[in-house]
Formats: sequence, structure tokens, C-alpha cells
Amino acid sequence: MEKLYQEIILDHYRTPHHQGLRAPFDAEVHHTNPTCGDEVTLRVRLTPGEVDQEVDHHGDDHGDDLLISDVSYEAMGCSISQASTSVLTDLAIGRPLNDVLATVDEFTAMVTSRGKVSGDEDVLGDGIAFAGVAKYPARVKCALLGWMAFKDAAAQTAAQHDPVRKERTG
Amino acid sequence: MTDQLTAVPVEAMDRVLLDRIRADFPILQRTVRDGKPLVYLDSGATSQRPVPVIDAEQEYVTGHNAAVHRGAHQLAEEATDFYESARERIAAFVGVGRADELVFTKNATEAINLIAYSLSNATYSDEPDAARFRLGPGDEVVITEMEHHANLVPWQELCRRTGATLRWLGVTDDFRLDLSDIRDVITPRTKVVAFTHQSNVLGTINPVDVLVDAARQVGALTVLDACQSVPHHPVDLVALGVDFAAFSGHKMLGPSGVGALYGRYELLEAMPPFLTGGSMIERVFMGHSTYAAPPARFEAGVPMTSQAVGLGAAVDYLGLVGMTVVADHEAALTGYALQELSAISGIRIIGPSDLVDRGGAVSFLVDGVHAHDVGQILDDAGVQVRVGHHCAWPLHRRFGVAATVRASFALYNTLDEVDALVAAVRDSQRFFGVG
Repeated sequence: MEKLYQEIILDHYRTPHHQGLRAPFDAEVHHTNPTCGDEVTLRVRLTPGEVDQEVDHHGDDHGDDLLISDVSYEAMGCSISQASTSVLTDLAIGRPLNDVLATVDEFTAMVTSRGKVSGDEDVLGDGIAFAGVAKYPARVKCALLGWMAFKDAAAQTAAQHDPVRKERTG
Repeated sequence: MTDQLTAVPVEAMDRVLLDRIRADFPILQRTVRDGKPLVYLDSGATSQRPVPVIDAEQEYVTGHNAAVHRGAHQLAEEATDFYESARERIAAFVGVGRADELVFTKNATEAINLIAYSLSNATYSDEPDAARFRLGPGDEVVITEMEHHANLVPWQELCRRTGATLRWLGVTDDFRLDLSDIRDVITPRTKVVAFTHQSNVLGTINPVDVLVDAARQVGALTVLDACQSVPHHPVDLVALGVDFAAFSGHKMLGPSGVGALYGRYELLEAMPPFLTGGSMIERVFMGHSTYAAPPARFEAGVPMTSQAVGLGAAVDYLGLVGMTVVADHEAALTGYALQELSAISGIRIIGPSDLVDRGGAVSFLVDGVHAHDVGQILDDAGVQVRVGHHCAWPLHRRFGVAATVRASFALYNTLDEVDALVAAVRDSQRFFGVG
């Protein structure tokens, strides 16, 4: 059991970081886990980043110069879902959107791997503590609830910031 | 709350008999999570199957398998006999003397949908027989706040299709059906009253007589969700006086993939079909068809056969043990669980705290620990319970909780297993530093 409920997870559960809904925000999403009734409302605020344009060689990718200035949330759920959302906010706030989306992919790959992908601690930070979840398929959705909400909110927000897409969607 | 329950009022099954029963369920011998004995307390979700049920399916498949009600060869005759004999025994098990009042469905969910879709098909039918089943704006369907989604969503959808209005009876703070406004809710506008016999979350057994009386007075049809009662108590659907009832094979020691709908013949005979196709017809022309008499009218296509045979063996098995013995044993387990769980500080039972009109589903909360986390610690100890909203989300919302832990009993459970549950619940409190 200690492998699943690592001390880092229990710490985040008892003292969640960045909890509460804050303004301003660009997008708000509400995600639920229909099998258990856990819910999260999550907001994302993106700001154009201060990435040095001269060293930014990915000029055609608008996500690159967006910084996540805030992720705020209200959630109701188990220790795994609460703690993983808290860890996500630590990893996301103040970082470039594209970096964080890569982290989300790494985290998703790890927890859905049934133990085959160990995860890179340099990328995942405290998120590495959720490696044990992969062995409990019924808990994978718990670990991903906040992360999927973030991905959804970030996609909606990035669309607002993307002038090309803005034009397309009117 | 706990002083009402001073002693376990009924005795658990004799240990020799109980051990014999347990020996019939091979799965109970296995271990889980690194060698822990299996403590299976999730029979409310699905029950385990005894050897005679497994053998009956095997015997049918290896010796008599054919498509039923088709063909004139010997195997087809034998298969049909197996299938129809199962129908007779299952009907008799729930007090139904006429086997043609029992329709096989894939599960109880399908049985309830069958009624709901038949009613909306009646709404669009020009058959004179169908008129009495028609629903439209101004008509009302009444359910309760303690329904499983299977007896809730089909009625929402029926109302959406027909323009009828969905209404419901609430649940009191002491986990009983709130009958205080029954006269306001069940009115001459009511066409259907659908309710559960026993709540799959609270364990509450509802007063079927009161609801049937109220429905009859206004000429409404009654639909009983008997999934949680038929496996655990003697149930006589005819004596209860309901018009329809649904129950599920896999919750009563039988296979999954088979359930049953009971309907008074006079009603089934007048109802339009739900699923259409082969074997449910009387005559077929290129432009139209007429339909077979019940139950065939409601059994389109080649039906599940080994499953029906298995369910037949399951009711034989339950009948052999005796449903009164089963009910008393489960009451003893439930009483003991309520007593022991209530004695732990920080545990809240979501359901009646005594055994009056109460069955063996014991749902609870552990203060400060989410149900999923409790379930994880229990699972690590080999104790298999259900966590979540148990397909009764509105009921959980009613009590302001997202999820509960539910232990549910069957005839093969023991008092020792209740002790294992209680010990694991205490472990979960220790692990998460509460209580």
C-alpha cells in the first residue's frame, strides 16, 4: 500500500497547493469521473510569454510563446485525484504551455502503462510518486482527472490565443 | 443511533451448512493481493456462482446445444425443453404460476427498457390494444429518489420521447421512502409508478403494498425493480400485486447475460413489442407483420440459452437452501456489520441503522477518508467492496456525498468476513491518520 500512497501523495492530499478558483482566467472546465462521482472545476490563465523571439525557432507554433500564469481549481475526490491535481499545478504554473503539455503526456504514459513506463523524475517532479497507480487500473482515472481537465482547459485557452484559429472559428 | 441495535436479532446459518455452501463456490477458495483470502462483499454488484450453475451450463452446452424454438430435430427439441423448463422454475421461484408471464431479457436494465420502449411504441401505435399504454403531455411517470440509474434513466427518456412529466418521491433523513406527499405525487395524471423493492445503496426495503395501492387507486401501472430483493428474500411477485417486475440473473448466483421481466399476462398481451425480428412474429408479409403471443413477442432473435439454463440451476440451488434461511443468514450478517461498524468512531452508515425493512447492503462513510481510498485499503486486505455512487448518483447527492463504501452480503458470507471488513476499515483510518 505504501507503494501506491507515497508520502508525497499524502502530503499533497492533506495540504493541496494552489487550491481555489481564481480570476482572471481564460477557460474553465468541469470534469467528472462517472464511475465514482469525483469532480473537478479547473481554470487556466495563459499569458503571452517573454520567450526571446530570437532564440525561439518554433515561430509557427503559437503554443510556444504562451506561459501558464495560473491554474486554479476546486475538486471533490479521493486522495489520488486531489493530490495529482495539486502536483499538476506545481508543475504547470509559470511554465511554457508546450513544456507542460509534454509533461502531461509523460505523466499519462506512465500511469496508463500498467507499470511498463517508469516515468522521468526530471520531467515529472512530484508526479513520479504516482508511478504506483499504474498497477491499479481502477485508479488511473483518479490520477488523470485533474490532468485531463487541464489539457482540455489549456486547449480551449490556446485556441483563444491563437490568432489563426481565432480567425478560423470566427 | 446505535442503541436501537443492542443485539443481533437473528442467528447466522449453522456453520456446517455454511461451510458446505461455501464449498460449492470455487472462487471463494482463491486468494487475492499476494495471498490474502478472498473476502467477497460485493454480491450486490454481482454474486458468485456455485458448481451446480456452472455444471448446468456445461451440461447444456456439451450435450444439448441448439437454437431454441426453431427446427424440428432432436437437439432443437432438447434445447427448447431446457430453456422452457428454466423459465418455469424461475417463474415459480418468484411466485409466478404462469411461465408465460416471464420474459427472458439480457439483464434487468433491458427488462425495464423493454417496458419503457413498449409504452412509447404504444404511443405511436394505432392498435386499439395499445391505447391504454399511451403517454403524452399531461401524463406523469413517478419514480423515487433512491432508484438505481437502470430504473431512472429509462423513465427520463420515456418522458422525453412522449412529453410526459417525470416526478418522484423523496427519501427521508432516516433513509426511508418519503410517503408524506404521496397523494400529491401519485395522482390521476400518473400513468406509471416505478420503484425499487430494496435500495442497492441504503438496503431500505420499500412498502410495496402502499405504493401498489396508491397506483391502483389512480389506475397507474406499477413496475418493481426486484434486483436486490429476489436474490435475498422470499419474493412472491403475484402476491405483491405489481404489474411488472425486473430482476437480474447474475445477482442471484446465475450467469450474467440473462435477466427476467415479469408482467401480468393481460398487460403483456396488449403491449406492442420492443425489439423486433425473428421468433417474435406470428405472420410476416412484405409490408407488415403480426406478432406472437407473450413471452415470445418480447424475445426477438435467438435468445441466451445456456445462461437461462444456468439461472434455472441458480433458483434450484437457492430453493434447496431455502430463501427464509438465506434471508435470516443475511439479516444476521447485516445486523452484525451495522453493530460493529457503528461502534467505530468516525463511521457514518448511509442507510437504516436497524434491521426493520432492511436488506444486506451496508453503505458507509469513513470521516476524513474518501471512499475510494477506503476501498483501496480494504482491497489490500482481500476485502472486495464497491466504492462510488453505485449507479445511484441522485441518491448520493441527496445525502451530500460523492461516494460511499458498500459491503453487500449473500448467503455464502460469514461473520468472520464481517470481522475482516471491520478490521480493514480500522486499518484505513490508521493509514490515513484519522479516527
